[in-house]
Amino acid sequence: MHPLFTSLLAQGPVVTDGAWGTELQKLGLRPGEHPDLWNLSHPDRVGEVASRYVEAGSAVILTNTFRSNRIALAAHGEGADPAALNAAGVRISRKAAAGRARVFASVGPSGKMLMSEEVTEAELAAAFAEQCRALAEAGPDALLIETMSDLEETRIALRAARATGLPVVVSMVFDSGKERDRTMMGSTPEQVAVALVEAGADAIGANCGLGIEGYIPVCARLRKSTSLPLWIKPNAGMPEMEEGRITYRTTPAEFAAGSRDLLKAGADFIGGCCGTTPEFIRAVSAALHPVH
Amino acid sequence: MPTIQTLYDAILNGNAKAAKEITQTSLAAGANPQALVDDTMIPAMNEVGRRYEANEYFVPELLIAARAMKASLELIRPLLSARGAEPVGRVVIGTVQGDLHDIGKNLVGAMLEGAGFEVIDLGVDVSPEKFINAAREKKATLVALSALLTTTMHSMKAVMEKLKESGMRGNVKVMIGGAPVTQKYADEIGADGYSSNANAAVALARKLLAA
Repeated sequence: MHPLFTSLLAQGPVVTDGAWGTELQKLGLRPGEHPDLWNLSHPDRVGEVASRYVEAGSAVILTNTFRSNRIALAAHGEGADPAALNAAGVRISRKAAAGRARVFASVGPSGKMLMSEEVTEAELAAAFAEQCRALAEAGPDALLIETMSDLEETRIALRAARATGLPVVVSMVFDSGKERDRTMMGSTPEQVAVALVEAGADAIGANCGLGIEGYIPVCARLRKSTSLPLWIKPNAGMPEMEEGRITYRTTPAEFAAGSRDLLKAGADFIGGCCGTTPEFIRAVSAALHPVH
Repeated sequence: MPTIQTLYDAILNGNAKAAKEITQTSLAAGANPQALVDDTMIPAMNEVGRRYEANEYFVPELLIAARAMKASLELIRPLLSARGAEPVGRVVIGTVQGDLHDIGKNLVGAMLEGAGFEVIDLGVDVSPEKFINAAREKKATLVALSALLTTTMHSMKAVMEKLKESGMRGNVKVMIGGAPVTQKYADEIGADGYSSNANAAVALARKLLAA
């Protein structure tokens, strides 16, 4: 195991953070507006989200850099500088963590598909290399490649991340197939584990998806397939419309109960994705604390 | 005829090169283009859909099969048009305003194209006005809306309202899809249908246009 993870996990499971986008919207981010651009335009508000998670008990927080690769940014046509956004994202989270939490820098998918030839391998490699370098130079504790649905793109991102020398967590989305236990491209947890271990990930896992219940068996299957630390961040279920407002069905208490099942299924790092808030993290922290 | 069976296999296995070559050979040998579509290609795509539903095929297999189907259709369509045959339907597709995600939309577009629809792709961040103008100009029979974000799915409602205002609502069917979208939401905004995946979207499109 990577020494960073050995020391982090020595006291038991580690609580990570929850969703950022929805928290930023509470602070005024407009629907459809690129959240990462706020790293430069509204660093205080981004820092506010990071601080809320640290206060809620997150021992690992992420950075607001999920979409800060050149390809995802290009869609917005705003001429944003990926290097500056990524560096600012790490700076903001490090300042909020202030030594109380570790900072894992977030790298999300390009949003383009290799198979449909919307993007080439070389373009992906260049975009991820640029992002990972910029993140690494700003001094995070680790890199996190997350919300991936295509193993090919994931391998390219992982190669770029490993080149920085930082430990790398790789997390994919399992939401497809009849049992909702495969990636969009059809890979099973077992196939993902084998491929990512071989590609040199330091920890692997699952995030987003269709809620915490579905990720308990996925986590157990990943556990059977690797001895690497497991990173699990489910969302708060499928969003539903209620009187024109978007709501998530799962409550913090239900999510916390699910987090104990995740722990039993072998998870090491536990947090939340879309729809989760600092309140969820507080509940998860309380639920997992007795285990320490 | 062995060649027909092979075109079936070429599409089923997503071999665009073979599909194109076999189509050329068959047409040169005097095969009826409409019969090729009806008796071989559509059954092949139906089998692709069945395998997807059965968890034997996933998105990559869908994509390459649709691509093989398209390669073959590109040779056949001019012949059908020359005989005055219309496409199965004309679809205006796009990701709604404020949303820049296009993987799901592209998949649905590819599958519809593979099923013989004429697809007019408006791209991402498409305003309600743009959807309506394109539907009017292209004489579309179907409008397909995609959204990945809970924060942008509201734009679907705006398209429905603009369709009514413009008097176009009666001319087109509307189908919607995307991660946060549900049948319940489709009912709420008065869309004609919802599909959870690209394969089911084809069946839905056919159903809506047959209605």
